[in-house]
Amino acid sequence: MSDDILFDLKGVSKQFVKGKETITIFDGLDMSIARGDFLAIMGPSGSGKTTLLNMLGGVDQPTSGEIHFDGKRVDTLSETQLAAWRANNIGFIFQFYNLMPMLNAHRNVELPLLLTNLGKGHRKKSVAAALELVSLSDRAKHMPKEMSGGQQQRVAIARALVSDPKLLLCDEPTGDLDRQTADEILEMLQLLNREYGKTIVMVTHDAEAAKYARRTLHLDKGEFVEKDLAA
Amino acid sequence: MRGFFSQIATVVAMNIMSLPRRLWMSLAAVFAVSVVVAVLLAFLAMAKGFEETLAGTGTESVAIITRTGSQSELNSSMSRDTVNLVSTAPGIAQNAAGDPEYSAELYVIVDGIKRSTQGKANIPMRGISPQGFSLREQVTIVEGRMFEPGRNEIVAGQGVQREFDGFELGREIRFGKTAWEVVGIFSTGGSAFESELWADAPTVQSQFQRGSSFQTVRARLEQPGNVEPIQQFIDNDPQLILDVETEADFFAGQGRALTGIAIFGWILSFVMGLGALAGALNTMYTSVASRIREIATLRAIGFSNSSAFVGTLVESLVLSVIGGIVGALAAWLFFDGFSASTLGASFTQVVFTFELTPELFINGILLALTIGLIGGLFPAWRAARVPVVMAFQGGE
Ligand SMILES: Nc1ncnc2c1ncn2[C@@H]1O[C@H](COP(=O)(O)OP(=O)(O)O)[C@@H](O)[C@H]1O
Ligand SMILES: [Mg+2]
Repeated sequence: MSDDILFDLKGVSKQFVKGKETITIFDGLDMSIARGDFLAIMGPSGSGKTTLLNMLGGVDQPTSGEIHFDGKRVDTLSETQLAAWRANNIGFIFQFYNLMPMLNAHRNVELPLLLTNLGKGHRKKSVAAALELVSLSDRAKHMPKEMSGGQQQRVAIARALVSDPKLLLCDEPTGDLDRQTADEILEMLQLLNREYGKTIVMVTHDAEAAKYARRTLHLDKGEFVEKDLAA
Repeated sequence: MRGFFSQIATVVAMNIMSLPRRLWMSLAAVFAVSVVVAVLLAFLAMAKGFEETLAGTGTESVAIITRTGSQSELNSSMSRDTVNLVSTAPGIAQNAAGDPEYSAELYVIVDGIKRSTQGKANIPMRGISPQGFSLREQVTIVEGRMFEPGRNEIVAGQGVQREFDGFELGREIRFGKTAWEVVGIFSTGGSAFESELWADAPTVQSQFQRGSSFQTVRARLEQPGNVEPIQQFIDNDPQLILDVETEADFFAGQGRALTGIAIFGWILSFVMGLGALAGALNTMYTSVASRIREIATLRAIGFSNSSAFVGTLVESLVLSVIGGIVGALAAWLFFDGFSASTLGASFTQVVFTFELTPELFINGILLALTIGLIGGLFPAWRAARVPVVMAFQGGE
């Protein structure tokens, strides 16, 4: 196995049981994600994009198959181990930002650092740097409801970044934003990928958004179909 | 480990900060708990006050002699001859002159006007022997002087003065056709005797047409607590159909009838507590439901599910403790030191004061904590089990 591989999925299957019905979303999916990649995953609604992202993030488990991260198997970890693994390796960016409404921007960004042993001073510096990166230094004391959607998403990006994870997982990060704001966010993600070496997996149904990625995978009926971006 | 505590501290702080979003519901839960606690404490304070009053009333060193089967002083009756005879019983202490120390007493009921309701209520009026005064523990004249034998003079207990109109020093007061002057106010340190009026026994006998009959004899015991010699004396004389008890035992027996109040208070507040518990559960389930995405997001970031559990539990405990404190303060404001009177076993008013002791206060807070703990436990369990995938679910 190459050192360049960050994620390796082997024969991953995922089924949901709904009453008597069993829905198969994935059946023996193989895929790998290279270190430093910016991967867009597209596909029709209900094709399993979020489910895949959840499995990558250790938030949901495959029914069978293996998921390796950095050469280590992660799908067999316990809930507690997974929480620690997520805290160390993954930053999440959600469609609806998922900021804590009663915390200001600074405190929201600080959340992942509360899981580390960093002292107050260090945390403050890291939060300031993350807010700087998303150009929101002047909004540190603002509450989420005092900010626009784009600003809230930038706070969420700062939160995802602050503990310096290797991987950013984004579920429709621009799904709730207008074109111009979406482009700003996507440029920011691109910058994080190119300048800061973050590996990014982004689920989107927006072809424009996918253009910012290095490559795009199309998910259909649980299978990937690689398409030419120019097409 | 540090991470663990800062996680929990953060989640707790966030839950508390988010309370205003559920302001009315949270206030309703707080209110329900405070009502339950206030009700409990009112009953306990009442029982405590009554118990203290009666417990403070009797002493081991005085025997009380009543007619057999009379149950209470009011129903007892004995003649002058009986009194003279029983006063010679062994076991009764003698004074320096060699006379037995005893007080033959009778007990009549007079009407008074209650300050609180301006309605009529019974006051026990006791005719006592000159020695009767010294047979009460802690008795002092706090204002004025003692009555003089042979005159229509009364001394009023502080409890009577507090609860009823017209017992100020120097006032004349009429009971039926008789007029009496209040010449003194006495205190017995809060015991039930303070609910009485005292006057000269022969004067009471003549003014209330009681002839020469008495109701009880109080006698100082040679040996505190030992009524055995008197009992034997009574048993050996078929003419004497009397009971003898220490005064402490006598009043404890009367007080026990009222300990039911405390039990009733607990039962009532338990039933009401179930209502408050339902309110707390509902509030906390709503709280968890409204925070599902926040809980899931924190879990996705790497927060442990125990932080969600503890955060919810602490929120519930905080709400219920606030309720408990409010309820206890309300009970304290409205009831502590609140004078009430109730029918004693002898159908007269025993004046007593509600007593909200720190111990009762703690009982109230414990009840609140119990409601908060149970009311928070199940919702906290639900919070801990919120699936992390909920963080990705759409909709604001
Ligand atoms: N927890 C679940 N239980 C049952 N079915 C689910 C669950 N999560 C997702 N599904 C189903 O799996 C399919 C894929 O869902 P999802 O991954 O959210 O699709 P996408 O994000 O591509 O729209 C859908 O048909 C959805 O109904
Ligand atoms: Mg989706």
